[in-house]
Amino acid sequence: MKRLLLILILLASPALAVQPDEILADPVLEERARDISKGLRCLVCRNENIDDSNAGLARDLRLLVRERLVAGDSDDQVTAFVVARYGEYVLLQPKATGSNLVLWAAGPVMLVLAGWTAIAFLRRRRNVEAALSPDEEKRLGELLGE
Amino acid sequence: MIAELGHFALILAFMVSIAQAIVPMVGAQKGWAGWMGVGVPAAMAQFALAAAAFAALTYSFVVSDFSVALVANNSHSLKPMLYKVTGTWGNHEGSMLLWVLILALFGAVVAAFGANLPDRLKARVLSVQAAVGAAFFAFLLFTSNPFLRLSFPPLDGSGLNPLLQDPGLAFHPPFLYLGYVGLSTSFAFAVAALIEGRVDAAWARWVRPWTLAAWMFLTIGIALGSWWAYYELGWGGWWFWYPVENASFMPWLIATALLHSAIVVEKREALKTWTVLLAIMAFSFSLIGTFIVRSGVITSVHAFANDPERGVFILAILAVTIGGSLTLFAARAGSLTSKGVFSLVSRESALMLNNVLLVVATFVVFIGTVWPLISEMTFGRKLSVGAPFFDMAFTPFMVVLAMVLPLGAVMPWKRADLGRSMRPLWGVLAASVTFGALVLVVQTGTRMMAPIGLALAAWLILGALADLGARVRLGKVGFAETLRRLGNLPRAELGKFLAHAGLGVTIFGIAAITAWETEDIRVAKPGDSFIISGPATEYQIRFDDVRSVQGPNYQATQGVFTVLVDGDEIATLRPEKRVYPVSRMPTTEAAMDIGFWRDVYLVIGDPQEQGGFAVRAYVKPFANWIWAGAIIMALGGLASLSDRRYRVAAGARRRGAAVAAE
Repeated sequence: MKRLLLILILLASPALAVQPDEILADPVLEERARDISKGLRCLVCRNENIDDSNAGLARDLRLLVRERLVAGDSDDQVTAFVVARYGEYVLLQPKATGSNLVLWAAGPVMLVLAGWTAIAFLRRRRNVEAALSPDEEKRLGELLGE
Repeated sequence: MIAELGHFALILAFMVSIAQAIVPMVGAQKGWAGWMGVGVPAAMAQFALAAAAFAALTYSFVVSDFSVALVANNSHSLKPMLYKVTGTWGNHEGSMLLWVLILALFGAVVAAFGANLPDRLKARVLSVQAAVGAAFFAFLLFTSNPFLRLSFPPLDGSGLNPLLQDPGLAFHPPFLYLGYVGLSTSFAFAVAALIEGRVDAAWARWVRPWTLAAWMFLTIGIALGSWWAYYELGWGGWWFWYPVENASFMPWLIATALLHSAIVVEKREALKTWTVLLAIMAFSFSLIGTFIVRSGVITSVHAFANDPERGVFILAILAVTIGGSLTLFAARAGSLTSKGVFSLVSRESALMLNNVLLVVATFVVFIGTVWPLISEMTFGRKLSVGAPFFDMAFTPFMVVLAMVLPLGAVMPWKRADLGRSMRPLWGVLAASVTFGALVLVVQTGTRMMAPIGLALAAWLILGALADLGARVRLGKVGFAETLRRLGNLPRAELGKFLAHAGLGVTIFGIAAITAWETEDIRVAKPGDSFIISGPATEYQIRFDDVRSVQGPNYQATQGVFTVLVDGDEIATLRPEKRVYPVSRMPTTEAAMDIGFWRDVYLVIGDPQEQGGFAVRAYVKPFANWIWAGAIIMALGGLASLSDRRYRVAAGARRRGAAVAAE
């Protein structure tokens, strides 16, 4: 009875990531399929790509990707096909278009700003170093006056 | 009864924290010693009460008191004792109780070991700490009370998520929280310093140990979480850029920056305002992390909108803490004057560059984490930001950081000469570049990940060694003299060496595993045998047997595999697929042959229709180096923490007290 229960549960449980029966015979195509899969989100998971995901939906997507590859699509065409079906949400690397430019530019812009601030700070620093305080100037005057 | 006592202790702790937030602060403003003195006993009492509340909750879990709603929802009488105990913080309410317990602990430690602090500063620090505490006690009591009773207790609990039933995950939150919450002490010192309008070398010397301790715990916590993912999730991934991971990574990055800039304040009395700002930012990111994890806002905007009470409460705490401290900063930062001057090429500037890179990298992680939320709410564009983005946008900063690190680390303070600083490093640079080139030649394929990553790692490790060698005058004086110098080396120098070399080790592991991992997925039957090649060795995997195993609260299908190299058996591996009947959840338990050079990683999957099982085998070169590096970094923190200058400060205080007593 326990064994039966175990088998039932096992059969009902989700599959684990890429399954042996999904793998394409052509290793080059399979390699491309894996690369594409790593950039596609499993829609029902937490930011997980379909290559790693255990969900049934991810398996459907993996099979879809392979189907398109076998049909002769290029990598970009496959991705475009999936995006057309499931929307931008499926891409783990958001496209650098429209409002997303903010996301992509954030790092470089911040770096320039921070670098600029740091350099301005260092410059000011040096001026402080060069300038003498009134006390020092007075003392210098005394020394020179001697 | 026990649960009610715990509830009562929690309410009392809340009351005490309010008193501790107000009385010492007023005392410090007015100069009333008596009022200032309230801080220390209040901090002790607050900790004792929080500990009592936590003990009461733990007790309820241990005895499986299912009349407590939290226990009924998260525990089960069949669960092993260890996981009953760790189950205390394996849920929202319990983990928040652990959060405030650790906050109170840090407050009590400041009170207990802060006798060398000026009274006024200590009073203010404890008051700020208590104010944060009061906010979270209120959060617990009003939105997440762990002690609520059920009028009709169930016969048994509804179990714990089986994924959480694992030592790696069970002990990961306490470390993470020690880190998160430890940063509250640096924050309290920063706010107190702003109120006083004074930041000096002594202040930096008090702040640095707290930051170091918090940073160490965060490092260990993050490494534990990553290691757990590696062996539990079933394919050996170790970092996913999930929002919850980023939530712990952002405070770590800022704490790293803070550690470095606090040295500049301590040694050179420069970068004061910046350091104070970093201390505020570090804790702010801890709070943001808590908000991200606890409100669920990132995983689902709708879940948040449906049950916004908790999220809004934390958001309010976040707004008041960050807004308030930044306003204070804007008002008072001008009064902090820096003394030390330094030239464009100097260790100070190198540490500034370190800070710029770390802070900008944190910002990139932050915007990547919240962008899906912002995009959906403001542009109506539902999208994902995942690993490919972070790999591309974050990694360059770390590459640049690693490139400049060894040079910055050997530069002298105040004014450096690039040529002279590079002199001991030219050999290291040549060796690292040669190593990278060698890797490029030897490896198959043209991906640059391994050559660049490994060259950087070598540059870091050898650079740290060269710096250490120069300090003990290795080869310049006799060996005995070198050993003597090594023994007399300040612990902080040792810490610096370990931390920088540890980073190199981690980068080495990351580059190697990313570039050279091999994988084999197939259907195999008992009796089958197949070969998987690692970078240097071929491993033969023999599938011997499959059997059913009965665990304490799960059932498992266990595969028995033998790993052979050149016909010699090197390991027997037993991967499992478990089912927990209570929660009906399957988990995979990978089996690993862990080695210095590589892990052989086996997973057994589902039975196949045509017979046999799905079997996944991996060879993961240098996998352990990722976490070993993190442990070395944490040890570096520990070494630095034990530096003489912190102990001497404590000793001086004791001597001072003895003199006063005479």
